[in-house]
Amino acid sequence: MGENDMPVKRLSFLALLLALSMVLYMTIGSRGNWDFVLAFRGTKLLAIIAVSVAVSTSTLLFQTIAQNRILTPSIMGFDALYVLIITMMVYFFSGQGMLSFGSYGLFAFNTLIMLLASFLLFGTLIFEHGRDLTRMILTGVILGTLFRSLTSFATRMIDPNEYAHIQIASYASFNSFNTELLYIGVAVIIACLIFVWTIRHRLDVISLGYDVAVNLGENVRTVQLLALAVIAILVSVSTALVGPVAFLGLLVVSIAHLLTPSPNHSTLLLSSALISCIILVGGQTIMERMLSLSTPLAVVIDFVGGLVFLLLLLQRLKK
Amino acid sequence: MISVRNLTHQLGQQTILDDLSLTIPKGKVTALVGANGAGKSTLLSLITRLMKLQDGQILIDNMNVGETPNDALARKLSILPQSIQLEPRLTVRELVSFGRYPHAKGRMQKQDWNKVDEALTVLDLNELADRQLDTLSGGQRQRAYVAMTYAQDTEYMLLDEPLNNMDIAASRSLMRVLRELCEHHGRTIVIVLHDINYASGYADNVVALADGKIDQEGTPLDVVDSAFLHRIYGTDAKVHILDDRPFVQV
Amino acid sequence: MNRVATTLMALLVLLVIATLSLFVGVIDLQPKNLFNPEELELLLVSRLPRTLAVLITGSALAVCGTIIQLLVRNRFVEPMTAGTGQGAMLGILIAILYFPSASLIVQICIAATMALISSIGLMLIVIKLPATKPLYIALVGLIYGGIIGAGVTFVAYQADLLQYIEIWTTGEFSGVLQGRYETLWIAAIVALLAYLIADQFAIVGMGRTTAISLGLNYNQVVVLGLITISIVTALTVVTVGMIPFVGLVIPNIVSRLYGDNARLTLPITAFFGASLVLICDIIGRVVRYPFEIPVGTIMGIIDALIFLWILYGRERHAR
Repeated sequence: MGENDMPVKRLSFLALLLALSMVLYMTIGSRGNWDFVLAFRGTKLLAIIAVSVAVSTSTLLFQTIAQNRILTPSIMGFDALYVLIITMMVYFFSGQGMLSFGSYGLFAFNTLIMLLASFLLFGTLIFEHGRDLTRMILTGVILGTLFRSLTSFATRMIDPNEYAHIQIASYASFNSFNTELLYIGVAVIIACLIFVWTIRHRLDVISLGYDVAVNLGENVRTVQLLALAVIAILVSVSTALVGPVAFLGLLVVSIAHLLTPSPNHSTLLLSSALISCIILVGGQTIMERMLSLSTPLAVVIDFVGGLVFLLLLLQRLKK
Repeated sequence: MISVRNLTHQLGQQTILDDLSLTIPKGKVTALVGANGAGKSTLLSLITRLMKLQDGQILIDNMNVGETPNDALARKLSILPQSIQLEPRLTVRELVSFGRYPHAKGRMQKQDWNKVDEALTVLDLNELADRQLDTLSGGQRQRAYVAMTYAQDTEYMLLDEPLNNMDIAASRSLMRVLRELCEHHGRTIVIVLHDINYASGYADNVVALADGKIDQEGTPLDVVDSAFLHRIYGTDAKVHILDDRPFVQV
Repeated sequence: MNRVATTLMALLVLLVIATLSLFVGVIDLQPKNLFNPEELELLLVSRLPRTLAVLITGSALAVCGTIIQLLVRNRFVEPMTAGTGQGAMLGILIAILYFPSASLIVQICIAATMALISSIGLMLIVIKLPATKPLYIALVGLIYGGIIGAGVTFVAYQADLLQYIEIWTTGEFSGVLQGRYETLWIAAIVALLAYLIADQFAIVGMGRTTAISLGLNYNQVVVLGLITISIVTALTVVTVGMIPFVGLVIPNIVSRLYGDNARLTLPITAFFGASLVLICDIIGRVVRYPFEIPVGTIMGIIDALIFLWILYGRERHAR
């Protein structure tokens, strides 16, 4: 416990690797037009990093409050829920009505609904059935299907012209993102990260299990609710910026547990955020700049993340 | 002193505890015994706020459980839960250091680490200190958790069936440690026990529960005899007295 | 009500819905006008083929669901989502990429072969898992399907065939016309043949030891079952697209109501499956008249709700 046993070497190595991928991302194929490149690629880089950190942090938090290492917000259907909320907004208020909210107002409103819905759905699920892991996962998968089907249903009910206002693809794209929300999104993410950092020790205690945490004097429910709120906000921001990210969180946090095994959230928060940034920035550089593949990085991450998930499950079953 | 007044607890239609009142003295080892479903674990969970109080009052010295903040209670009493539900990937020393959380809140000082070292020494865990929990045997792991509650440095330590899944050597060693904590470190120990012989062998007081009520309490010699076994467990067995302690011939 | 009476009732209900289905659509068609040559043509060219296609897919998929659940001895597995459907998609993708000039039947064969290979893959994984954790196995199935699905998406992106994926992943009957669905009859025949050896599937469902002790050629029956499932799934995906969840929800309901004696319950399963898909298809036709909502979307919503009910209803029975 405490920060004195942080794996400084490994974290610095990860930070160096990230710096390298950022430099490569900014420079490869830039043809020397620096003013343009800095502004254009810089904004993209900012968005990618913001999303990476939001995803890694929300996944880590979720695994702590759900007390296992295979659930993630997106497996549980959080981002599908956010997409559904936006679609429903278009359906009920119509595209024009939505525009009158202003994009900030709309984002705030969506996030608020997302908060309420997460408390209702996932809060009940974690509190009532949290000890039955498999049932939780299946419920999450089914809820995800339900949200996606409802979204697709609502989409068909909406006038195609109004549908253009939704602007959320089924796959996250790190190339075209919502620039309007970028700066406010980054601010919200930073605020969340600061808050999470202040409760990092309380999270350490929660991860020891309900009885032990109560014994150590922690109000487990309070911390779980706080974390759930942060998760809902982070998922809202990242989904609003680039779309659903599926298996990225799982992949990143699993790697973090492997590279920097630690009971401390201080270490895990840092390492998973670094790894997440490396995967997205580095992956984007390789896929787009070096191999010029047309497949979105998210598809590749889904494939690899799915494999990791399967291996984790099989490993657990063997025990 | 833990005083329990008029405690009633229901689960659905079922009454688990029925207007139960009890005083547990300070500085002693008190064993809670009784048949399965008598309400021992529920009683312990209520005292340790793992379950929500429905009706009645529990005072620990002058602290009212249910009104006292969680972290203040965590400096007063500690719990060793019945089953450790998940295996955190921690070393023994890391686990024990979490016992200081109610005091240090994550900012460990020199005296906190001293307490951790003391706990490791008292529970004879120095050699295992840097091993991962999941590489230990059941008994060793249980001892590591006891060390954590020791480091928590509370007057009261409550343990819910700690001998489950432990062999005779590990069980005896743990019971001896608990006696030692009571006699030389002034801790008050409350322990739920399945095996009546461990209760009569190591406890100062035995409290017997039946159907959510206190059936009998007193020293092992006062409580444990053939009639008692028949009444509480519905089994007929001989009881022998050895060194002023009664033992059931199983 | 005894089983024979129920079976007859189910058949009767199905016939009523099927008749209804003939007269629901964009062009108004009244029973009294049937002798009118134009309207008769509409019925024969469009409405009847569509209704038949729904009946065949619904019943065949429900039967396949029962079979795979007996083979892997798990109630929560379904071919369409557990790899077979995705395998079929991979097969057609390969057919389009490498054998573009092959006939439809050859393409279907390639699809069925890939579906079979991925079903065998699932079977090999599941055999190694303890039967005591049914929900885990279901989860492994879903993820397994997801990984193959991500692979399919990757290939489709690279080959610029993404629009096909859209078509295959959302099942839809609006394109069914005379001359464009007849291959589905193969699925009907295959499902009927499977019914002839229903007893053997039921015995396999009791486990390998029991099956062998009863003198069954275990491996042979398993392979026959997998072939049945692969052919039906491939035909469905190629002709109308993925129809998820029928194979999951219907066998579960039937098993709850009428037990697991496959020979006796398979007809009910088939009738229920056909009714469910048909009802969803009719809803899809009328809910946003004159536009259509794909049956896959409607099924996603209805079946997710039914599945959640099964998942949480079970608990109440256990207590």
